[in-house]
Amino acid sequence: MAPAVHLRDALALAGRFPALAGVDVDVEAGEVVVVRGANGAGKTSLLRLCAGLLALTSGEGRVVGHDLRTRRREVRRHVGLLGHSNHLYDDLTVEENIRFGVASGGGRLDGVAAAMDHFGLRGRLAGVPAGRCSTGQRRRCALAVLLARSPMLWLLDEPHSGLDPEGRHLLGEMIRRGSQGGATVLVATHEGDPFASVDVAASGPNPREIVMGGGLVVSDRPASMAAAGS
Amino acid sequence: MLSDARLVAAKDLRIEMRSKVATNQVLPFALVVLILFAFALNQDPPALAAAAPGLYWVAVLFSALLAVQRSFAIESADAAGEGMRLSGLDPAGIFLGKAAAVAVQLAVLEVLLAAGMAVLYGARLQDPAMLVASAGAATVGLASAGVLYAALAAELSVRETLLPLLLLPVLAPVLMSAARAWQDSMSGRPGLGVPWAELLVVFAVVYVSLGVVVAGPVMEVT
Amino acid sequence: MNPIVSRRASLVTGAVGLTALVGIAATVWLGLWVTPPAVGMGNLVRLLYIHPPVAWVCYLAFGVATAASLAYLWPRTRSRSWDRLAGASAELGVVFAALTLVTGSIWGYPTWGTWWTWDARLTTTALLAVLYVGYLAIRKVPGSPHVVARRSAVVAVLAFVDVPVNYLSVYWWKTLHQTGTVLDPSKQLKVHGIMAWTLLLGFVSFTLAYAWILVQRYRVAALEDHRDSDGLTSAIAERIAEGAGSPTRGTPSAAPAPTVSTSPAAASLGGNGAGSLARGVSSELDGASSVVAK
Repeated sequence: MAPAVHLRDALALAGRFPALAGVDVDVEAGEVVVVRGANGAGKTSLLRLCAGLLALTSGEGRVVGHDLRTRRREVRRHVGLLGHSNHLYDDLTVEENIRFGVASGGGRLDGVAAAMDHFGLRGRLAGVPAGRCSTGQRRRCALAVLLARSPMLWLLDEPHSGLDPEGRHLLGEMIRRGSQGGATVLVATHEGDPFASVDVAASGPNPREIVMGGGLVVSDRPASMAAAGS
Repeated sequence: MLSDARLVAAKDLRIEMRSKVATNQVLPFALVVLILFAFALNQDPPALAAAAPGLYWVAVLFSALLAVQRSFAIESADAAGEGMRLSGLDPAGIFLGKAAAVAVQLAVLEVLLAAGMAVLYGARLQDPAMLVASAGAATVGLASAGVLYAALAAELSVRETLLPLLLLPVLAPVLMSAARAWQDSMSGRPGLGVPWAELLVVFAVVYVSLGVVVAGPVMEVT
Repeated sequence: MNPIVSRRASLVTGAVGLTALVGIAATVWLGLWVTPPAVGMGNLVRLLYIHPPVAWVCYLAFGVATAASLAYLWPRTRSRSWDRLAGASAELGVVFAALTLVTGSIWGYPTWGTWWTWDARLTTTALLAVLYVGYLAIRKVPGSPHVVARRSAVVAVLAFVDVPVNYLSVYWWKTLHQTGTVLDPSKQLKVHGIMAWTLLLGFVSFTLAYAWILVQRYRVAALEDHRDSDGLTSAIAERIAEGAGSPTRGTPSAAPAPTVSTSPAAASLGGNGAGSLARGVSSELDGASSVVAK
């Protein structure tokens, strides 16, 4: 099976700024990887590059077996990115937003109900316009789209922002189940200990932690070593 | 491509039904433009009736500009447009869907505005078949060229000021042809409008097909 | 020493420029002193040696800009040199379009009695100028080089497609319902002898002048890109140093030790990696060096 992410010397420009300055990363299918680093270290750029949103200026890049330069659309079909925005339309209801997100991503609509259930979005909330939802509820909507689409590669950029403890727990559950179902997960965060309730270490056979700095990967090791180090 | 287009068009129209920006803002704006023309022309009935088709299409042109801007404003809030790109929708499908949604809104607006013109300017709407045919082609042309340029400008920080500069000169032939076709019909010379309607069809076909071809590069913003 | 323009190349363009200037001077001399006044127009006919050549260059420049934009959009021929060529040519096109309209107006006022008339050619030329002003505006919107190049190229092609429709609509607009064209048949010119030669010289000289300025403008653009790719090299080095300088900041407190142990590697990459990476990049971005010397 093709590796989920394969980057060699990957350089990506944001305007004229080298957001990624020659990244080497390999992620096997089914891995759960935590991406850490300071503000501006390049975490978001790494995830956006993997989602085919940021152009690969030089170097090699393949995601779920497709070349990032020539086959971006195929990459996107198999990748789900939860970025800083939730991609919701204020005038559509929670359910309509989720259905549109899933349908446009080529997902099957029969998973929508279960995904909404998982994040507690059924009932009264389903018919509320997204514009009237709270930050955390909007985040849950975006997560539900991802869950219902269940792409091969999940790219979660600060997924916890705005979520209450219950939401964080549900997110952890979702990552665990996704990983068990064979999905590859990259989670970027700069929080000190974001996984208190998520338990990533238990979710995959070889959970890893990548540390970024200055648009490069500066350290890459299994999370179990990080745990041992403390 | 077509199923993607249907999905996007349905989504855009549903948002429009909810927010009613076209009916509550764009249509009143177009009516205000019609009234301002009357003031500018000194409320002179013969002059207004003579100039009615041209003024009408200028009002439609400005409304089309607002409509396409609105069509992409909904995508820039909460980076929804980025979400569409991320989902792997066919860019040509997004283009067709958005253009179709704008065209539907413009068609409704044109009907209401034509009634307004008949009342305000005392213009006589003769030869409805010709009016509808030329307006239909013009609407498709306006919507497709408008959506194409709006997509191009959508992610730029200067989009509000750049879009009119890019789009209005391109739409000049539509304005001319549609105004002329309507003038010929309304002044009881229906046969003369046919070449203008044909030109409008050519414009519409050219910009719909161009849009399908270049939607990929246009919507790929990085 | 200019790093990207060879001595021979600059001699050739210098010769073209000199020929163009001499040619234009000769055109002015022939046009103002040697050629006779025309029967219908008198001395106004002398604008004949300027206005049509300028208009021709304007259309030529827009044509070149469009062709170069198409070449950029076509994946097999995609290269930033086409983008530079398109931008340079469009700038010249707008200048020559303005000259066309001005000389046309100066000619039109005494001949037709009006500075401006809604003739098909005039109106189309004016719209063309406005379309390419829009094109130049979108070229100035910042972004990464290939993004700017791509969206500009799309605008250029879309604008060009509009031209025939535009011309046809304005042409019909003027002629379908109204009799009589702008040019009064009695004032049609008969161009012969020295007049024809002067006109031909005008066409050749202005075309050469266009080619000369185009090449110079292209070189300036190439130098700008060259400077930017140099800037990129240092930007990459800075970017890497950012991470190597403070590798532990923001990393989890749980694991400082392994992170520190890897940072010398990152730092050495900062030293050697940036240069090689940027070399790769400048070839990706069609670093100017290879393309200008031709």
